[in-house]
Amino acid sequence: MGHDLMGQIVQYIQSYLSSDQTPGAAGNMFWVLVYILAVFVGLSIAVIAMNWLERKILAHMQVRLGPMRVGPHGLLQPIADAIKLLLKEDIIPAEADVAIFWVAPFMVVLAAFIVFIVVPFGPTHAVTDMNIGILFMLGVSSLSVLGIVMAGWASNSHYPLIGALRSSAQMVSYEVAMGLAVVSAIVMTSLNASGTGTLSMIGIVQAQQEQGVWFIFKFFPLGLIAFFIFAVAMVAETNRAPFDLAEAESELTAGFHTEYSGFRWSLFFLAEYSAMIAVSSIAVTLWLGGWLRPFPNLLSGSTWDLIFSLFPGVTFLFLAAMCFFNAVRMPKHPFFRIQTIGLAGFGVVLGLIGLVMLVPAVRIRVQDIFWFSAKVAAFMYLYIWYRGTFPRYRFDQLMQMGWKVLLPMGLGVLILTATAGLWPLIQHSIWHP
Amino acid sequence: MAVDTAFNMAPVATPFFFYMLSGIMLIGGILVITRKNPVHSALALITVLLAQAGIYLMLYAPFVAGVQIILYAGGIMVLFLFVIMLVNIDRAAKEKTFNSQWLVGSVAAIALGGLFVAVYIKGNNIFPEHVMPGVADDSNTQNVATLLYGQYMFAFEIASLLLLVAIIGAVVMAKKRI
Repeated sequence: MGHDLMGQIVQYIQSYLSSDQTPGAAGNMFWVLVYILAVFVGLSIAVIAMNWLERKILAHMQVRLGPMRVGPHGLLQPIADAIKLLLKEDIIPAEADVAIFWVAPFMVVLAAFIVFIVVPFGPTHAVTDMNIGILFMLGVSSLSVLGIVMAGWASNSHYPLIGALRSSAQMVSYEVAMGLAVVSAIVMTSLNASGTGTLSMIGIVQAQQEQGVWFIFKFFPLGLIAFFIFAVAMVAETNRAPFDLAEAESELTAGFHTEYSGFRWSLFFLAEYSAMIAVSSIAVTLWLGGWLRPFPNLLSGSTWDLIFSLFPGVTFLFLAAMCFFNAVRMPKHPFFRIQTIGLAGFGVVLGLIGLVMLVPAVRIRVQDIFWFSAKVAAFMYLYIWYRGTFPRYRFDQLMQMGWKVLLPMGLGVLILTATAGLWPLIQHSIWHP
Repeated sequence: MAVDTAFNMAPVATPFFFYMLSGIMLIGGILVITRKNPVHSALALITVLLAQAGIYLMLYAPFVAGVQIILYAGGIMVLFLFVIMLVNIDRAAKEKTFNSQWLVGSVAAIALGGLFVAVYIKGNNIFPEHVMPGVADDSNTQNVATLLYGQYMFAFEIASLLLLVAIIGAVVMAKKRI
């Protein structure tokens, strides 16, 4: 009897493996949970890595070393920070609106994490595929404004209130330009035989695959302009430099989360970085071909397919080689012995992951996820690069940019894209009335 | 086969979710009018709107649900909060929450209640089997678009014209010198 039940469970788990759908579409609860856990863990690791990388890259851009003390090259610094934040006293201001103060960080985190349900890491590697996918992403991520407003207001203090006001004004304004850019990409998905577009995240990437072009290059330069509008709006939407007026240190201390400390503050931090990853995934999905590998037309054929499928493993092997190289370069003083061993151990782990990814059965399943993550990672690097490069905008400049530059540009691009899409029809009706 | 499973598993604990969402909406609605603090009222209203989006999802209208979240919860209510946050809360809390328009209020309540009862009685004939007809899940957005830009084109254009007039009116009223 018990054996029978086990057999049924195993069969239920195995039944998904033969399907070519997302677990949500196949309706398999077990794999849905596995995917949710995988996305959650992956995201947390990405945020930790991003924390370290941001400090390191920013430091190198400013000719500093960055964190060097905790672990080899400061690799354990994010973990030390996390422990520090968890041990810190959790302060709630006396005059604060406690209930709202308490709920606000969770609201922001929820909004930032829920959107990853529909992010397509591969044709079947998404928790589920909704037919309103992109609408869902934009809608849920717009809820994070509420969390920010709640946090700023509930703190009952001047700086957070001003920060929250700025932040909500900024996010509401840039959502408009962002939406227009997104619509012009969605219009492009309808250029197929049936003439019906799609809002599904997987459908959008498949449309790019069928049309044989990433939407950034479609109707050149229209796709590029729409992408540019989105790329600017998404930085403003996530309150990052150079649009980080909501938390401008020199004016507002820390903006809407000034009164937050310890664990609650770390929730805001987590939400900010996962929101950055979320909007980058939207950009990658809509314009950069999602999980598709680069140069599908120029470098096609089975040889190139093989070469590109080796990329994930080779990348990890390269990182492992970097670790070994730096382990060798470590000072030979006994004080650094543990750090050297740690770095070499980290290299061994990375190298093993790389070797596993070279196995044919693995690399075929992993390459979609790799290309998607690599494109998102490029955006994350851009975020750091912006922060190291651009001075902060003034608030009126920010509003002017949103309403007077990006919005008209978005409208123009949308109209031109629609016209370009209909051009064969228009031409046809002109020549054969 | 894949489509088959998707349709078979569509109704999951439907009555439970319906009563849960309706309960949230009712409690939220009562909180909206009873809270003294306008920010709390606005947050309760947001809860109501989100629960309503859930009800739309249960009616197989994902597009409407998505638009509900983007426009109402993410857009309009943020602007509401934006304005309310600048109000002096201490003074607002001392104001009376209810104005004593008992006559008008009762008439409106009785009219609405009568409408509900009428719908409840008449509505028995609309779905004879007490089951919502299944709607194909993957064509919802397309269906909305076909109706809006086909059958109801005129009404749609009038509505958008009305919105345009409202926008221009708001700009004219807000800005003395254009």
